Amino acid sequence: MDRRSFLRNTGFVAAGSLFVPAFMKPLEAMALDELSLYKNLVIVQLSGGNDGLNTVIPYGNDIYYQKRKGIAIKPEEVIKLTDMQGLNPNMAALQEIHDQGWMTIINDVGYPNPDRSHFRSMDIWQTGSESNQFLSTGWIGRYLDSNCQTCKFPYTAIEVDDSLSLAMKGQTKKGIALKDPAALFRNTNDPFFKAMLQNDKEDLDEDNLGYLYKTMIETSSSASYIQNTSKVYQSKATYPQSGFANQLKTVSKFISSGLKTRVYYVSLSGFDTHVNQIQQQGNLLKQYSEGMAAFLKDLKTNNKLEDTLVVTFSEFGRRVEQNASNGTDHGTANNMFIFGGRLKKQGIFNDAPNLSDLETGDLKYQLDFRQVYGTILDKWLDVNNADILNKKFNTLDFI
Amino acid sequence: MSPKDNFYKVKHLYNRAGFGISYTDLHKLSRKNIIKVIEGLFEQPKVADDITLIDTVASKQQLLMQAGLYAKKDLTDEEKKQRQEIVKMQNEKSRDLNIAWVEKMINTALPLREKMTLFWHGHFACRSNNPFFAQQLNNIQRANCLGSFKTLLVEVSKSPAMLQYLNNQQNRKGKPNENFARELMELFTLGRGNYTEQDIKESARSFTGWMYDKDGSFIFRPNLHDAGTKTFFGKIGNFDGENIIDIILDNPETAKFISRKVYKFFVNDVPNEAHVKELASAFFNSKYNIATLLKKMFTADWFYAPENLGNKIKSPAEFLVGLSREFYVTYNKPQVLIQLQSSLGQYLFNPPNVAGWPAGQSWIDSSSLMLRMRIPSLVLNDGAIDFSGKADPEDEAVIAQSRSATANANIKAKPKSFVDAKADWPKFLNTLPKSITPVELAEFLLQPKLTDKIINMISNNAGLRNTSVELTSMPEYQLC
Repeated sequence: MDRRSFLRNTGFVAAGSLFVPAFMKPLEAMALDELSLYKNLVIVQLSGGNDGLNTVIPYGNDIYYQKRKGIAIKPEEVIKLTDMQGLNPNMAALQEIHDQGWMTIINDVGYPNPDRSHFRSMDIWQTGSESNQFLSTGWIGRYLDSNCQTCKFPYTAIEVDDSLSLAMKGQTKKGIALKDPAALFRNTNDPFFKAMLQNDKEDLDEDNLGYLYKTMIETSSSASYIQNTSKVYQSKATYPQSGFANQLKTVSKFISSGLKTRVYYVSLSGFDTHVNQIQQQGNLLKQYSEGMAAFLKDLKTNNKLEDTLVVTFSEFGRRVEQNASNGTDHGTANNMFIFGGRLKKQGIFNDAPNLSDLETGDLKYQLDFRQVYGTILDKWLDVNNADILNKKFNTLDFI
Repeated sequence: MSPKDNFYKVKHLYNRAGFGISYTDLHKLSRKNIIKVIEGLFEQPKVADDITLIDTVASKQQLLMQAGLYAKKDLTDEEKKQRQEIVKMQNEKSRDLNIAWVEKMINTALPLREKMTLFWHGHFACRSNNPFFAQQLNNIQRANCLGSFKTLLVEVSKSPAMLQYLNNQQNRKGKPNENFARELMELFTLGRGNYTEQDIKESARSFTGWMYDKDGSFIFRPNLHDAGTKTFFGKIGNFDGENIIDIILDNPETAKFISRKVYKFFVNDVPNEAHVKELASAFFNSKYNIATLLKKMFTADWFYAPENLGNKIKSPAEFLVGLSREFYVTYNKPQVLIQLQSSLGQYLFNPPNVAGWPAGQSWIDSSSLMLRMRIPSLVLNDGAIDFSGKADPEDEAVIAQSRSATANANIKAKPKSFVDAKADWPKFLNTLPKSITPVELAEFLLQPKLTDKIINMISNNAGLRNTSVELTSMPEYQLC
């Protein structure tokens, strides 16, 4: 095949001859029990600052109704979980998940000196930094850097997106971003790309050129591995029609086909609801809940739910009091959703936020988000959280 | 010095100090003494070279109107609409400003000025949703890019963009906000470890009252300024902001910190501390003259040493501007430049935080490298790009409002967008000598030393055009 077709054609070049590369073999040889014990972490990012108080509603607290006259969810509409808290009615799909014991809600998670800028606060959540500290690596990236037993492959972390989030970038190792394994496979099998990699597998220098070639080689081998491992798998589950559900469907395909990836990252955006929040947030919560419920049931069917932990975060919650446009402005602490088949404490993990003890109108956090990260690192990814988070964080008992 | 040696020196110089060089200019300058070539880079513009896209008078009027609207408690529907219109217009103008600067970098006759503006843009990293403020800060960074670091620092500190971004607007007597004071020392001048928390507190007190007024002009408000005695770096006095800046500049650590950052930007990701020291002492002794620092660096033998050639990963801005300059690219839909910046991880005017972009190897991951290697064929051969990228967090509010009420709202429905750019191939090919071979073209377009593999890949190529696209699609082209 003429390699110049890569350069002349406008779209992606059609795949070259399909062949199974040599590095595919080890997987087939791998013991079955090793595969089934593989623990997966799925991180879900809600971008824009999800309003936690209208997600998990403190319907037992009058202050909520006083401060949110235009947007409060009426008690009779709330999907009640306890006497104090319940879910937004758009999250009905999660009722069953909750009843199965596959869901934990951690209330009031934040960090000291909260920043109300989307960008900065997202930065803090993705890097796991202090609010006055600037890190150029993400918390999952540093997990990859740590060279641990469970993080040795270049495809250890996959983000189902076009570009890679800071959370997934380490100093020397980075996750892979891909939306469609077949497209990435076609690209890396392009004749021009392959020609560039000829005879370059050895003697890579430590310099920047060596780094570029190393990245190419890893992308190419990961693309082949991911495509060849996952292409045979056909999901029987039905997912709702949404971009978010599609991302989760891809993750489920990867997990169910036995990919040796540890961390998956997906996101859903549009939560910056300053104006007319009810409908906008409602739509998003519906997409989130329906996609998530389908995903968890799919995993259950494939016996993967026990090996999977899902964690959802947003860069901040919103102010307790609504604004004049029936929306909410940027706030501080927020709830986090945890899903999985092996949760130690199910349902509501800790007390609902205290609405009568606020700091300039915002919630005071009870738990540092790095305690949640620390718990996941220690108990799920089997690394010492101090090595990744730069200091030791006390773990929690949700897993 | 043979012309051939000079050829490589000038090429290296222009790749680092500018955004590459045309073959014609390279050929011409190679016959000159390198000192003369360096001097040429410092040429001043004949007239002020500010970006004037956003009109000052209109912006000030808009600021006043906006202030009025924000002060009111209950807005009429008409007023709410006005407020939304202003935000929408500002977002549009911010994108226009970004494009205006990228195009200025592509077309400039004074590449060092734009390169240094880019350096200061990353050093004094700042976000502002007001395009007028952003333009003003960019112009401050350009006007002072080769002059006095002190003037630059004072002007940046007084700019509404920075006063807003680092909350000095909220820094008042009795209620200090330390954000600016901290970053001033940690990121802008001394670097961590060269000051105490107490120094930050005293510095913050000194900057109280530095604000901008309703129409966006700097104003010192004496009634909000803490006029008490402060102790800063062991000195005692009734300091104001400029006194603090003077004391910081008296410390040679500031010269060292800036010199190290300049070295990492222009020479090598890994600083050679002996070379940094040379630069720092020249910078300090010149009372922080930026041109002196740069000339010292460009004339140093080590600047042209093999370990410093062809080994720096281009930033996305350097990559896009360099490619567009080399091939005289025009973008029919310049918005694509924003999409490309954002997909490659450097959306200008939108740094990740006040520390700026991390640079070096952090520019490269599997997806950004794949995209970089595809961009030349897309831009030069006018292709489509299958890439939607991520939404910027600051755009979330816009997304939230514009989302339709359907369940499909989250599908980023942009399967393909056409780059719609045009390279001026006749112009480019005319700059090359008629007899140029593919290997000579590779030696010109690529900065790292050619390997046998590349030579073998291209030596039998027929067309210069195809060869150019191939060369610019290589990993080697990511380096300068």
